Amino acid sequence: MTVMEKTGVGASIPRKEDDRFLKGAGQFVPDLKFSGLWHAAFARSQLAHGRIKNIIKPAGWAGHVFTADDLGNVRPIRSAASLPGFQASDYPVLAKGKVRYVGEQIAMAVAPTRAEAEDIAEAIEIEIEELPAIVSPAYARSQNVPKIHDHWDSNVVCETVFENGDIERAKENAIHVIEREFNLARQAPMPMEGRGACAQFDARLGELIVWMSNQLPHPMQRGLAKFLGLEINNVRVICPDVGGGFGLKTHLDGETVAVAWAALKLGRPIKWVQDRFEHLVTDADCRDHEIKIQMYVDEIGKILGIEGEYLVDAGAYSPWPWPVGVEAATGLGNLQGPYDVPAFRGKSITVCTNKPANQPFRGVARPGACFAHDLTLDAVARAVQRDPTDVRFDNLVKPDQMPYDTITGKHLDSGDYPEALRRCMAGINYKKIRMRQEESEPDGRKIGVGFATFYEQTAYGTGPHGYSAWGIDLVPGMEMATVKLTPDGGVWTSVGVHSHGQGMETSLAQVVTSILGVIPEKVTVRLGDTSTAYAGTGTYSSRSIVVASGAIAQTALELVPRIARIAAHLLQCEEDEVSVANGEATGPSGSVGLDVIAEAFYHHPENLPDNTDRNGLTATTGYNDKVHGGVFGFGAHGAVVSVDIEIGTVEILDYSIVSDCGTMVNPAIVKGQVIGGLAQGIGNALYEESDYDSNGQPLSVTLADYHVPAATMVPDCTQEYMQTASPYSTFGIKGVGESGAIGPLAAIGNAVNDALRDMGVEVNETPITPKRLSTLIEREG
Amino acid sequence: MKPVPLEFTRVTSLEDASTALAAAGDEGRPYAGGQSLGPMLNLRIARPTLLVDLSEVAALNRHEPVDGGMEVGAMSVHSDFEDGKINDVANGLIQHAASGIAYRAVRNRGTIGGSLSHADPAADWPPVMMALDAVAKIYNTAGGYELPISEFINGVLSTVMVPGDILTTVKIPCLSETATWGHYKVCVKPGDFAQSLSVILMDRANKVCRVVVAGPSSPARYMETIPDLLLSTTVWSLGFAETLKETVIRELKQKEFVEPTDRHNLNLHGTVVVRAAKQAMSQ
Repeated sequence: MTVMEKTGVGASIPRKEDDRFLKGAGQFVPDLKFSGLWHAAFARSQLAHGRIKNIIKPAGWAGHVFTADDLGNVRPIRSAASLPGFQASDYPVLAKGKVRYVGEQIAMAVAPTRAEAEDIAEAIEIEIEELPAIVSPAYARSQNVPKIHDHWDSNVVCETVFENGDIERAKENAIHVIEREFNLARQAPMPMEGRGACAQFDARLGELIVWMSNQLPHPMQRGLAKFLGLEINNVRVICPDVGGGFGLKTHLDGETVAVAWAALKLGRPIKWVQDRFEHLVTDADCRDHEIKIQMYVDEIGKILGIEGEYLVDAGAYSPWPWPVGVEAATGLGNLQGPYDVPAFRGKSITVCTNKPANQPFRGVARPGACFAHDLTLDAVARAVQRDPTDVRFDNLVKPDQMPYDTITGKHLDSGDYPEALRRCMAGINYKKIRMRQEESEPDGRKIGVGFATFYEQTAYGTGPHGYSAWGIDLVPGMEMATVKLTPDGGVWTSVGVHSHGQGMETSLAQVVTSILGVIPEKVTVRLGDTSTAYAGTGTYSSRSIVVASGAIAQTALELVPRIARIAAHLLQCEEDEVSVANGEATGPSGSVGLDVIAEAFYHHPENLPDNTDRNGLTATTGYNDKVHGGVFGFGAHGAVVSVDIEIGTVEILDYSIVSDCGTMVNPAIVKGQVIGGLAQGIGNALYEESDYDSNGQPLSVTLADYHVPAATMVPDCTQEYMQTASPYSTFGIKGVGESGAIGPLAAIGNAVNDALRDMGVEVNETPITPKRLSTLIEREG
Repeated sequence: MKPVPLEFTRVTSLEDASTALAAAGDEGRPYAGGQSLGPMLNLRIARPTLLVDLSEVAALNRHEPVDGGMEVGAMSVHSDFEDGKINDVANGLIQHAASGIAYRAVRNRGTIGGSLSHADPAADWPPVMMALDAVAKIYNTAGGYELPISEFINGVLSTVMVPGDILTTVKIPCLSETATWGHYKVCVKPGDFAQSLSVILMDRANKVCRVVVAGPSSPARYMETIPDLLLSTTVWSLGFAETLKETVIRELKQKEFVEPTDRHNLNLHGTVVVRAAKQAMSQ
């Protein structure tokens, strides 16, 4: 086995970064130490909606307390979109005039320790005239309701509509119309590490350096410059180790801008580390969807058309750079699922309320869309009295239809979707479960089995089914990579994507190994620093393994002829007789290591040919996928649950995942990613809920009342991977980061509904808590 | 998430602890493991100006058999019960209950005295100790006093103690060999405080039966109507279970253990008592 086979693309080598993580030597924002460092704490709104009447700074703390009036030219964070009628919000770095959710930051206190900063923040007196809290989207949309943003026309951020195919004909021909409404609870993103930022001004370089726990270094550099009124040349963003992001850390928060401003103002490093209470109460939430769907089907359950409405409770402000309307529009645009649907009509609605912002979370709105289309499909199966898997097989896009454009314009590039379901059924031993259901359980519990089938749109880029369609501030395009051969024959590479649990330092090193044959140990992958990566838009939308692998592979290939030219000279042969592989260049008469070639280039130019390439042994090139709408992974999830019908608790007995993410760069990492997604999906399905009372006061404020699944609640699951290479990406890779989180809601929801089928109980909201379920059981029983 | 400024002192004698806490009044708090107080301090919900750490007080770190039972020092950690380092005089109930408290990390630091004094209504020790008819021994500079756990806790997060009082010892009576128990707990997830917890002790030979139910909204309480019902039958049947559940719900409604309209929790507590009873009757 060659080095390239043993450790290149396709090999499950251990993660390089785990060495430091397992030793506690990771460098997260809270780990950073500076002399003269001060900490920030924020005084926050206790009310969901109100006008700030007065702020009194505590006596004796001059130079320690700052409000919006102190910020000078700092601009509010404004997120633009060209969606029709989109109303942009001005999200003040520190609240000005009004407060619009409980926890909105009003004043910043800085002091040598966090405890002192909290003491000072607590002493700031804030007088707010309370306004009616607008908590439910229905109330926000009603007539004569107060407006959260005074200058807006209404509390609706935007609405989009989409229609394709002949929906009227579908309605006419339908034998059954299955109509359902679904609700997904508001959730907290809950990364292990919350947000955090540390800023310092480097007088020598004239550079503000901001270390932040974020997924998008270059966009944050641009955002900080824009909202602070600085030149991009004077801002450097370093995202060090990041303890989970899941989409939360794709946006720029007011606290970070305030900390950066304070570092400039005070001429000393300033740090803010979000604590768990701040995360739960004040930070952007996710999900919070209301979905209406009508599925028009024939007598055997074949879908003739779908009508839908996708509403998202966006909270008070639109995050930057992803404006909130994207969430609902994404939900709507995926409501047809992986099914062959001939007609579609729908509307997305994004509503402003007095809650923290809402922003994309692992899977964006796809888990909600999947929950809606797949629970509806099981309801179809019950209506036509067929097995839900048979109805799925009839509706899934078939391999001979590939590539297939969905009714909503998603270009499904490859794969056998029905086969994924077949394998998933085998993985969960479907027939045996159905037989078990024939017998009643000795303890009185009900057993149910459910499936979800879905695709995952990954690495989508410019448009029209990518980001340019939204008309937002930052549209991803070329993903740039720099690759250089170092003087000792190692490789140094940098890209603009980041890693916050995905093991990119390993996977991307394996890509280099596959091209040049340099072992992963000798490949350094630099991420998360605007000074080392030429450009980039960061990590989100399951894009990084696709675009960064593409960019690195292509850039590494640029070096091959340059290496070959030097090698030919050293080996006394023609360039076209040289092949570069496994860390060496080989000609007819022998081989020479890349270290020797690099040594010659950097330190012994006397050994170089006259026509040595002037670009040297480094290159920077950009990769953009051939289809801008992304490459499509897909999968099937199957869940077996038991429901304790006396108290409404759900236990997951078995879980099966079949996934196709094209070529796997590191299968062990892929499996870890998918299990992590499953854990979050289980939280989404059964436990996690950020609840608010009618005054907009948060009710889920600590981990005692916000329930995150722990290790014992995530079942062992079977995982199987089909590797259908995408025709559009380098190595045939498709993204996979979000896949694991898309299916669980629907698979578990369908399993619960299957268990309670005989009782006529159907649950259509998340999380499926004992209280929700026992209330439904009592109502039907 | 940092506590308000406060003084911290670690004492070695009960007298020093009591004197310091009495002087501080409502501003002082004993620190007995800190598994609940720690987070409350960090959230600034608890805002004492003085913390008196009891971990080095020898009188609180002991356990010994006494006539008719066992005396356990208040600073005994949950894992000592779980691991059997403290002899279980309740036929396995104590060890079973201890192993289900929160997570191992919490059990390594959390103490029985801290838990009882904190009096969280959804905590594990109060209903267990009530079912066993355990007694709290309290020290103060005036000499101290004793009373049953059921009277020691007098409300949600509330005990009879006043500043300067320190729970030193829990006296747990020995169960007879034939006594059986039931323990059933429902949590949102493993390691959480209980949504509902019932502990039942059955000693048919001595015609003793105690049924305790606990949950997040009211202090744990003895069920009055259930013990006779349980002692009156030895055969478990679905019909009996239904009667039992209805009786539990009726009493809990009457006593306003939860809101009388809260059907979910009434049903939950009813079911949990039935399951604990079934366990106690089938041992």
